[in-house]
Amino acid sequence: MKATLAIQRGSPGEASHTETLEVAFEPGQSVLDGLRVLRRDIDPSLAFRFSCINANACKECMMLIDGKVDYACTVRLKEGVTTLAPLPKKKLIRDLVTEIAPPDERLLPSS
Amino acid sequence: MHLETDVLVIGAGGAGMYAALEADRAGASVILADRSLIGRGGATVMAQMTVAVALGEQTPDHWEYHLADTLTAGRGLCDERLAAILCEDGPRRIREMDDWKVGWAREDGHIKQAQAPGHDRPRCVYVDFLSTGPAVSRTLRTQLNGVSGIRRIGDLAIVDIAVRDGEACGAVALHVPTGRIVTIAARSVVIATGGLTRLYRRNSASSNMGGDGYALALRAGAELIDMEFVQFFPIGHLAPRLVGMDPIMWDPFRYKLGGKLLNSEMQEFEEGYASADTRSDGNYVLTRDLATYAISKEVEAGRGSPAGGAYLSFQHIPEADIRRAFGPVVDRLAANGIDLARQPVEVAPIAHYHMGGIRVDDALQTKIAGLYACGEAVGGANGANRLSGNAITEALVFGARAGRHAALRASNGAVAWSAEAARPAVDLVNSATRRDAPNTAAMIVELQALMAEKAGPFRTDENLRIAADALARLTRDIGETPLSSADGFDPVLVDWLDLRNMLLVAQSVVLPALARTESRGAHQREDYPGLDDSWAVNQLVSLSDGRLELSRSAPVTGRGAA
Ligand SMILES: Cc1cc2nc3c(=O)[nH]c(=O)nc-3n(C[C@H](O)[C@H](O)[C@H](O)COP(=O)(O)OP(=O)(O)OC[C@H]3O[C@@H](n4cnc5c(N)ncnc54)[C@H](O)[C@@H]3O)c2cc1C
Ligand code: FES
Repeated sequence: MKATLAIQRGSPGEASHTETLEVAFEPGQSVLDGLRVLRRDIDPSLAFRFSCINANACKECMMLIDGKVDYACTVRLKEGVTTLAPLPKKKLIRDLVTEIAPPDERLLPSS
Repeated sequence: MHLETDVLVIGAGGAGMYAALEADRAGASVILADRSLIGRGGATVMAQMTVAVALGEQTPDHWEYHLADTLTAGRGLCDERLAAILCEDGPRRIREMDDWKVGWAREDGHIKQAQAPGHDRPRCVYVDFLSTGPAVSRTLRTQLNGVSGIRRIGDLAIVDIAVRDGEACGAVALHVPTGRIVTIAARSVVIATGGLTRLYRRNSASSNMGGDGYALALRAGAELIDMEFVQFFPIGHLAPRLVGMDPIMWDPFRYKLGGKLLNSEMQEFEEGYASADTRSDGNYVLTRDLATYAISKEVEAGRGSPAGGAYLSFQHIPEADIRRAFGPVVDRLAANGIDLARQPVEVAPIAHYHMGGIRVDDALQTKIAGLYACGEAVGGANGANRLSGNAITEALVFGARAGRHAALRASNGAVAWSAEAARPAVDLVNSATRRDAPNTAAMIVELQALMAEKAGPFRTDENLRIAADALARLTRDIGETPLSSADGFDPVLVDWLDLRNMLLVAQSVVLPALARTESRGAHQREDYPGLDDSWAVNQLVSLSDGRLELSRSAPVTGRGAA
C-alpha cells in the first residue's frame, strides 16, 4: 500500500512550501514510521521531533495531521493523501518541529 | 554561548534527575541538560513494569537477600561494592519516592511487592497499570520544579566533556533547535545518559539511546567495563504493529496471566531449553537469557512465526481474567486491533538494557577526577546479567549518590574552566559542512542491522570479525568532518554526531565480545558454549591515541558503606 504525505516544510521567516512524497507501508504502521522511512530513503534533512517511537511516552511527536493536533506515532498511515504541518500555536523551528519545551526548560527564554 | 555551574548533569532520566536533586540538596548549583525534553527522552519514562527493592513490606526481606540474587544473576562478574550499594540504598530511595507521592501500588495497607524471575521472594514494587516509569518521571520532574538552584535545559545535546590536566572541567554542547554551540564550565560533571540499545535493529530504545555517554566517557579518558553484556528482552513485541505502547509490555501480562510461548507449529518449546536451576515459578519457565536463546533457536530451526519470532498466546485464559488483570490496557490493545482472547501476538528478542558501561569507584567517580556516572550508563553492578527491576533502582540509587559526591567535590574546589579544553569539540561542530555524502539516516539503519546480525545475543568469532570490519568501514565513510543540511534544527548533523558515538560504542561492544571465548550471562558464543572459569574477569575498554584498547581486571569484591 502507498501513502501520500503532503508535508509543510520551511524555516521561520521564509515562505513555507508543501512537499508531497509517497511512502510504501503495511497496515498498522504509524505516520512516524512513514516519516522515518522518508528520511532513510529520500531526504534525511526532513525535520520532525520524536524520541520514544513506540511507547507514546515522550509526547514529542505532536503535529497537525489532516488539520488535527495529534501524535505522529499513534495515527496510522492510510492510502491517499495525509497532510502534515507544524503545530499552529507554537513557535516554528523548522519543517514539522516547533518549540514545545516548557519555557523554564529552554536555553533561551525567547526561543 | 557560555554557561557556568557547580555541577553539570548530562541526561534527565531517573538517574540524572535524582542526581540534580541531591546535588542541589548538598548546596551546589546545577545545570541539568538533556538532548530531548526534561524527563521524557530516555528509558525511565518508557519503563512500565517493576522496581526491585528489599522493603520487606510484602514478605520479610533484607537487602542482603536482594544482593545475593543480584550476584547470582551477574554470574561472577558483578562489582560487589556497586551491587551492595544498589541493594542497601534501594529502600531509602523507594521510600523517598513514596513520600513524594509516586503512588506505589498498595494492598492491605502496605506497599505491594510482586514476584519476578530471579528474585527469591516478592520484591518488586510498581505503579498500576503499567505506569511505573511515567510515574517515576513525573514525580522527579515535580520535585525539580520546586527547586530554584537547578537550571533545566532541554534540547541540549552534549558533544564532548572538556578535560583539563586530567580533570573534567565542563562540556561542549549543541543546542539542537538553533544549531548554536554552548560551552558549559562545571566543577563536576555527571554522565546520566542511559544505555545503548539503539545500536540494535530490534530494540526498546528511544532515539536518544545510542550510547552517547559511553563515547563521552571514552573520549574524556575514562574506562568502560563489561561492554560485551547487552541484555536482550526475549518477548519484545514484533507483530502486528503496535503503536502507542511499550514494546516490552508483554512481560507483566505473562507474569500475571501465564501466557504460552508457541512456535510456528503451535507447540510450546520452553521446557526443552530449561534446566532445573533456571526454573523460577509456574508462570515463567525461563530466565531472560535462556528465553532469548530458546526463541532464537526455534527461528533458526525454521519454526519461527511469520515475522521472525515466536507466538505468545493468552487464548487459554478466560477473557474476564484478562480484563480483570489489565482493564484499561485491554482497551488500548483493542485500539491496536489486538484481541488476546482470540489471537496470539508475535514476539522476538529485542535489545533492552546494557549491563556494561562506564567504570566507576564507589563514589561513582570515573578514572577522570570530577567526572561521575550513574544509572544505566554505569557498568558493573549487574555483571553479566541483570535481574528484572534492578535498573530503575540502580538509576535512582546511583543518581542520588553521584549527585551528592559531585556536589561535594564542587564545594572542595576543582580544576578551573579552560576554553582550550573545549576547543576540539567546538572546532568539530563548527567544521560541519553541507556536502554530498552517504545518507546519515540510512547509515544508522545499516549499523543497527549489522549489530543485530553479527553482534546480537548469539555470537561467533567469524561474525564478530565481520562486524568489526564493517564498523571500521562505516567509520571511514562518515569521515572526520560533520555533515550538515540546514541552519537550526538539523537532523543530519544530529545523525552524524550520533553515528560518531554509536560507531565508537559499537566497536567497544564488539572488541570484548570477540575476546571473551566463553558463554556467560547475556554474552553467548555459539563457538564457545558454556562458562569457562578462567574468564571470571571483567574486560575494560579504553581509548588511547584514537585506538580502542582492551584489558582485564578481577571483579571487585567486598562492600563499601552505602
Ligand atoms: C521500554 C523499557 C522498559 C523498561 N522496564 C523496566 C522495568 O520495568 N524495571 C526496571 O527496573 N527497568 C526497566 N527498564 C530499564 C530502565 O528503565 C532503565 O535502565 C533506566 O530507566 C535508566 O535510567 P537512566 O536515568 O540511567 O537513563 P534514561 O532514563 O535512559 O535517561 C537518559 C537521558 O539522557 C539523555 N541523553 C542521552 N545522551 C545525551 C547527550 N549526549 N546529551 C544530553 N542528554 C543526553 C536522554 O535523552 C535521556 O533523557 C526498561 C527500559 C525500557 C527501555
Ligand atoms: S514518539 Fe514519543 S510520543 Fe510519539
